[in-house]
Amino acid sequence: MTAIANDLPRDRALPEPRDIDLSGKSGGRAVKNTIATILMWSAFIIAIIPLVWILVTVAVKGGHLILDSTWWTNSQQGITARREGGGAVHAIQGTLIQGLVTALISVPIGVLTAVYLVEYGRGRLARAVSFMVDILTGVPSIVAGLFIYAVFITTFGFTRAGIFVCLALTLLMIPVVVRSTEEMLKLVPNELREASYALGVPKWKTIFSIVLPTAFSGIITGILLGLARVMGETAPLLILGPYTKAIATNLFGGNMATLPTMINQDRDQATTMPAYDRIWAAALTLILLILLLNLLGRLASRFSKV
Amino acid sequence: MAKRIDVSDLDIFYGNFKAVEGVSMTVEPRAVTAFIGPSGCGKSTVLRTLNRMHEVIPGGRVEGKVLLDGQDLYASDVDPVGVRRTVGMVFQRPNPFPTMTIRDNVAAGLKLNGVKNKKRLDEIVEKSLKGANLWNEVKDRLDKPGAGLSGGQQQRLCIARAIAVEPQVLLMDEPCSALDPISTLAIEDLVNELKERYTIVIVTHNMQQAARVSDQTAFFNLKATGQPGKLVEIDSTSKIFNNPTEKATEDYISGRFG
Repeated sequence: MTAIANDLPRDRALPEPRDIDLSGKSGGRAVKNTIATILMWSAFIIAIIPLVWILVTVAVKGGHLILDSTWWTNSQQGITARREGGGAVHAIQGTLIQGLVTALISVPIGVLTAVYLVEYGRGRLARAVSFMVDILTGVPSIVAGLFIYAVFITTFGFTRAGIFVCLALTLLMIPVVVRSTEEMLKLVPNELREASYALGVPKWKTIFSIVLPTAFSGIITGILLGLARVMGETAPLLILGPYTKAIATNLFGGNMATLPTMINQDRDQATTMPAYDRIWAAALTLILLILLLNLLGRLASRFSKV
Repeated sequence: MAKRIDVSDLDIFYGNFKAVEGVSMTVEPRAVTAFIGPSGCGKSTVLRTLNRMHEVIPGGRVEGKVLLDGQDLYASDVDPVGVRRTVGMVFQRPNPFPTMTIRDNVAAGLKLNGVKNKKRLDEIVEKSLKGANLWNEVKDRLDKPGAGLSGGQQQRLCIARAIAVEPQVLLMDEPCSALDPISTLAIEDLVNELKERYTIVIVTHNMQQAARVSDQTAFFNLKATGQPGKLVEIDSTSKIFNNPTEKATEDYISGRFG
């Protein structure tokens, strides 16, 4: 030891080790610890109160309706606000169809944009694209709805239809898909790309055969979470997709019911009306649907390879 | 099949930063050439220019010539993808493709380049795994994920993957630095066998390893950080380790460096 110490030049002398009293916590720190713990727990409880409140209210007021099998098989056709009965199948399938079509449009655009940004994007164009995605993320849903309305209904003279709802929702979903896919692609280790290049595999093939499959489950998670987000959107639906009580599957003409517009329907009726319960039940259905998508998204992330 | 590499007056850049300067050397076919030198001296960078992997890094470019049996790898009509099919590479950290089985990992280079004949693929998988001394350990679990193997096995899987595309030259960038001594020994034995068919260039920080496996050794050095790295000397391994021409080489080899 001394030999080594003597070899050290004088100006590189090491700091003296400190003696620390290890017995007991210092009083001040214990108090701070308690205060911080209390603050964090209160913040958590305050945050959880509205969530639990909403869930309980919705379940109590709408739960009995969704337990009835007719809720899942019948539409509201011919049923007025004063009458009981009917189901939500028209709204559920409308939401599912519009969600599916929205995903079909947004996923290719979103994933390919993310591939461009991560794998190819350099310089000005990439920065511009990234900036645009940021802006798109911040667009309020009603603006997206009004934009599609202004372009297709006001300017081109189309009538309102489900497909325009999908287009408005696409505007909202693309940035979510781009950002989540981007994060997943960045997680793929560069070594895998290099390993593939070193085998003489071209870049595009490396991306499609190595990078995207490696990030696959993460990308699926992002898509499902994005879908869950847009399926609960209401503003574009109110503007572009009028409610109907009948089952409608045509995206290109006529009205099409969705869960959010069903919830919005009849809400000005007296709370004693049977229609009022159906609002709560529709809300519960929508919550369950989105919960299911979220769970599927989490499940997909279990299979992650990165 | 093995080919000779002639490097002349090679300068390597990252953007405007000159990382390596004035490298000229000849890599003999059917022999192992080791690159040694301190960290940051540009050994790996030089290695990566031999199969045009250097330019994968944004800003990476080279000046000078790299001839593979007389053909300039950096000529304007040469496709870098083709170069990499001819000059294979094994990396520092084992990097099997995580989405693929052991079989698919070995066959990846062929499959992704359009070979579909299953019988032929199976033959090549077996031949390559035998070539990488891994066949007996994995022959019963070819359909299990490649990531489930041990580190040393994964590295031999990567070597099998690299030789499956039948390259002329095999570049190895510190292939044993993440492995334990027993796996290292397995890889070194493998390198000794492989040199009968391929030209091999291996970067290593382990001088005993260079002395054990290589026929010729190149010593790289740099004057100071921020300065470009240079090739100090290249000679037969016994000459470099016993009687080097340059004082810097002797200092480095004997541990009296810096």
